Amino acid sequence: MRYSHASKALALSGALALTLSACGGGSSDKPADNNAEGGNASYVVTANTTEPQNGLLPANTNEVGGGRVMDLIFTGLVSYAADGTTQNELAESIETKDSKNYTIKLKKGQTFSDGSPVTSASFVDAWNFGAAAKNAQLNSYFFESIKGFDEVNAAKSTKDKMSGLKIVDDTTFTVELSNPESDFPLRLGYTAFMPLPEAAFKDPKAFGQKPIGNGPYKLTEWNHDVNLKLDVNDKYQGPRAAKNGGIDFKVYQSTESAYNDVMSDTLDVLDQIPPNQLASYQTDLGDRWVNSPYAGNATITIPGYLDHFKQGEEGNLRRAAISRAIDRQLIIDKVYQGGKVKAEDFTAPVLEGYNKDIPGSDVLDFNADEAKKLWAQADEISKWASDAEFTVGYNVDGAGNKEYVEAVVNQLKNNLGINAVAQPFSSFKELRNKVTSHKMTGGFRTGWQADYPSLYNFLGPLFGTGAGSNDGLYSSKEFDAKLSEGLAATDPTEGAKIFNQAQEILFKDLPAIPLWYQAVQGGWSNNVSNVHFGWNGVPLYNEITGK
Amino acid sequence: MLSFTLKRIAQLIPVFIGATLLVYFLVFATPGDPIAALSGGKPMSDATREALTAQYNLDKPFWVQYGLYLKNLLTFDLGMSFSGQEVSDLLGRAFPVTARLAVLALLIEGIFGILFGVIAGMRKGKLFDSTVLIASLIVIAVPTFVLGFVLQFVIGVKLQWVKPTVSGAATWGELILPALVLGLVSLAYVIRLTRTSVIENKTADYVRTATAKGLSRQRVITVHILRNSLIPVVTFLGADLGSLMGGAIVTEGIFNVPGVGNLLYRAILKGETPTVVAVVGVLVIVFVLANLIVDMLYALLDPRIRYA
Amino acid sequence: MPENQNNNPEAGLPISSHRAGKVSKYKIEHYVAPLEETPLQAVDSVKAAGKPLSMWAEAWRSLRKQPLFIISGILILAVIVVAAFPHLFTSIDPTGKEACQLENSNEPGRAGHFMGFNLQGCDIYARVIFGTRASLMVGVMTTIVVIILGGAIGALAGFYGGWIDTVLARLGDIFFALPMILGAIIVMQLPAFRDNKSVWTVIVTLSIFGWPQLARITRGAVIEARNADFVKASRSLGLSKFKSLVRHVIPNSLAPIIVVATVNLGVYIVAEATLSFLGVGLPPDIMSWGNDIASAQTQLRTNPMMLMWPALFLSVTVLSFIMLGDAVRDALDPKARKGA
Repeated sequence: MRYSHASKALALSGALALTLSACGGGSSDKPADNNAEGGNASYVVTANTTEPQNGLLPANTNEVGGGRVMDLIFTGLVSYAADGTTQNELAESIETKDSKNYTIKLKKGQTFSDGSPVTSASFVDAWNFGAAAKNAQLNSYFFESIKGFDEVNAAKSTKDKMSGLKIVDDTTFTVELSNPESDFPLRLGYTAFMPLPEAAFKDPKAFGQKPIGNGPYKLTEWNHDVNLKLDVNDKYQGPRAAKNGGIDFKVYQSTESAYNDVMSDTLDVLDQIPPNQLASYQTDLGDRWVNSPYAGNATITIPGYLDHFKQGEEGNLRRAAISRAIDRQLIIDKVYQGGKVKAEDFTAPVLEGYNKDIPGSDVLDFNADEAKKLWAQADEISKWASDAEFTVGYNVDGAGNKEYVEAVVNQLKNNLGINAVAQPFSSFKELRNKVTSHKMTGGFRTGWQADYPSLYNFLGPLFGTGAGSNDGLYSSKEFDAKLSEGLAATDPTEGAKIFNQAQEILFKDLPAIPLWYQAVQGGWSNNVSNVHFGWNGVPLYNEITGK
Repeated sequence: MLSFTLKRIAQLIPVFIGATLLVYFLVFATPGDPIAALSGGKPMSDATREALTAQYNLDKPFWVQYGLYLKNLLTFDLGMSFSGQEVSDLLGRAFPVTARLAVLALLIEGIFGILFGVIAGMRKGKLFDSTVLIASLIVIAVPTFVLGFVLQFVIGVKLQWVKPTVSGAATWGELILPALVLGLVSLAYVIRLTRTSVIENKTADYVRTATAKGLSRQRVITVHILRNSLIPVVTFLGADLGSLMGGAIVTEGIFNVPGVGNLLYRAILKGETPTVVAVVGVLVIVFVLANLIVDMLYALLDPRIRYA
Repeated sequence: MPENQNNNPEAGLPISSHRAGKVSKYKIEHYVAPLEETPLQAVDSVKAAGKPLSMWAEAWRSLRKQPLFIISGILILAVIVVAAFPHLFTSIDPTGKEACQLENSNEPGRAGHFMGFNLQGCDIYARVIFGTRASLMVGVMTTIVVIILGGAIGALAGFYGGWIDTVLARLGDIFFALPMILGAIIVMQLPAFRDNKSVWTVIVTLSIFGWPQLARITRGAVIEARNADFVKASRSLGLSKFKSLVRHVIPNSLAPIIVVATVNLGVYIVAEATLSFLGVGLPPDIMSWGNDIASAQTQLRTNPMMLMWPALFLSVTVLSFIMLGDAVRDALDPKARKGA
């Protein structure tokens, strides 16, 4: 993996200069040259998607089906390039001196696809709308750092204006955060922070069905459960200009059928190879495939509220024993046919500041003898009954979960001699419900996909005391302190260093056991070229050309 | 006959209420907070959660929820899905597609099932009979998700006779392969039912009489044996129509058919009560009507059966 | 159909010419020719002595001579033995602590493991053997429950008609409206089922949504049979309504019920697969053919043997029950017996 530490286009003045690392997407082990320029620029590309779960409003789109469309029909202050670096879209500049007060200047003359201008109000109103509890937007927590969020997002609150947002003039507005957060500008490329035209607020529900955006494409047709048609938006002036004649997203219920469509050139781009084709897709597709890591990981969480697994000496020993009893590489090779990368930390290698040699990370290396030893040490503190079951929960409605959880469970059986059992849940809903009500009776599969490219995004929301996705109820004062320290750092390299120090604490406590980093396996038809995948595993649709 | 039909249609009302009540209760009683699932594992503020819960009436007790549902139903308001779409729109899109699929599957079952069944029955114990038996066994023992996958791969990808998946329009022609896969298991039932019936009837007195009268073999088979063998077959096909319409999850998934099975499956997983109840409500109507037709066919097939 | 069997020389069985039950009150005098005028012919000779055999006993006599019955009986017995004593057939305990080694993933067969290994590196043969019990239980028990429940309801509805038919048939519609697998997903998620997952919860769930199908089939067959001449005859001979249902209508309606039930047996075993596949079936530590067939789906192109072996066992089991069903049906049908 290669890392560039060059800060690309994000213009930052003042004390803060942001940098982002990058891991080349689409270039890892590609057999053929996929970078040929040219091609048919008027070709309409067909691509797979899932039906967006909600109306297409920025603050209400939190899943990939809607997300990939939103990112094409809207553009925010910044966007993320293929390697995860941020590039300016609408922002002329984002300035701060203390990581707490930001002044944002917009480029002039930008419009939505219907011709109405993009102004400071387009952002401020959209963010206020997204944050207000009365609008019940799923992404509202993204605005929680902005001052005044607590008031508008209180239960039954009717307020809808955050005090931290102030319009200076048509192209300038200021943001005041509750606490200094150095990675705030990095988040601004996420869907939740997109601007909205005035028309959106009159009838948000209707707007969600027929959104008017400002991205490189515009949505012309949405036939629910069938397809979403995107046309090129010629008013778009940013760096992500379309190199094709539009995109026709076909809704697929299973990737198996989408894969067969790619094989018969009925579908052009598929962003996920189904599990039953992992062994054969490279031969099936010749040079029309990619296998590249992206900013996501898979973990197993063993909550601290379980007997024998409480935060403390015994629990930490047992978690370490379990971590060491899992031969991650073997599972990657046998179950995923090499389609993952063994985890070395709690974040992902595509991110700026990623370090695979954090002290203590050897707890992620397989060692059956060491595992037995650690388990025996824990037994000396408090005996683990020989007939006690250790379960690992997973949801069956996610493809491939069963296979890897069963492999993990078998390894725990073999290497620790304990009675480990895979525990299926029929749906993500059922699993999450038990997890968030903290009623799990064993470990369970977890994972994180970055919302925006930042180490903090993998740490704060997951392991901070009381954080929204802290499924294991982990709490460490030491760790929390490191997080705040990292956020307050004005130099991102310094910040990353502190975040990695925070990870050293996690390696001792193992609030989650990292398994592997996600990688995307994608394929495309004979009709298209220039298919690349981004830092988040999503194809860069605007760069695809016809042959 | 007319009063019989009207009576049966009137029975729809209690059946509809019974079915929707049962299903509404079952979905209500399944554990899991649908709102938590909406967040997709990402954090959600309490205020947002509360607002959403209230929006979908999930904070109210069961009887209030069901009452509100029935009340809205009177104004033909089937409620909203979590994605903010009218459930009636969802149904309006999915049902015609599934109806086409189910009718095709039913035709395949009916035509080939009866044909193969009659031949197997007339030639009991011969090669054709055994071949059909082995083929039926394969269909029964190999689940649809495997059979469908293999057929799609061979016919759609390797031979390229048809596109592997169905387009959004889901035309009759595109649905033939999915309908074949969908109807295969039921085909096994129809073949065996017809075969058994034919074996039973071919030794009946009236068949001997017909043969003795000098009627052609073909006429004996089609008019005398077949007509008298069809009651169990027709019963099965009538009962199967509903399963074909609602139970095509796997087939619809493989061929990407935007139909009712997947709509229902996803709604159950999400805990999206209005959609589940609406789909089941329509299915129950289909059932009752299909049974009515079957009962009328009884009278047609067997003149001794009469309805007041 | 006992009363049609009175003159069955091939069977050479004694006749039960007199029906039990109420006899008509009014005696009508008939003219009967003296015996000398119409001497007994060989074909008419019957052994009047000895107890008459019941229809079932007769069927049994004819059944036990049929090769179809013998073969299917042996096969079913074999499956039952495997289900009851799996460890007799393999020394590997597939639930054991070191039974599955991922290093063996998808390895082909070799000495001691002739069926090879599945994705998780478990021995396929041992899993198939140990999976027999759960699969057979689910298939057979669900079939039995469905026959009893669906058969009784369908027979009552079809025979009595009227409001009984209306209530029972519409009740079936309510349960039938929710497709079996989807209904099962919901029911298996209910706390009472989810927290006590076992073979029995699967059987109960499949039965709840399975009975209306058989009820419908039985009802249709009974409606057809209740109008038959011999039923009218039995009624006019004074047999009560219920008795004539049990004695005459049901035995003559059995053919389609047997056919559907035997095919159902296989379908239920596979339905368990789908349920397990969807995470609401058997608990994961109970092995079953269905479970293994479902897991084989992802490995179809890599290791088709993972599918073939459990599917083969399932097919043979279903085949033997279908053969048994055919034999029983033939034995119960005197016309078919005569023709055979």
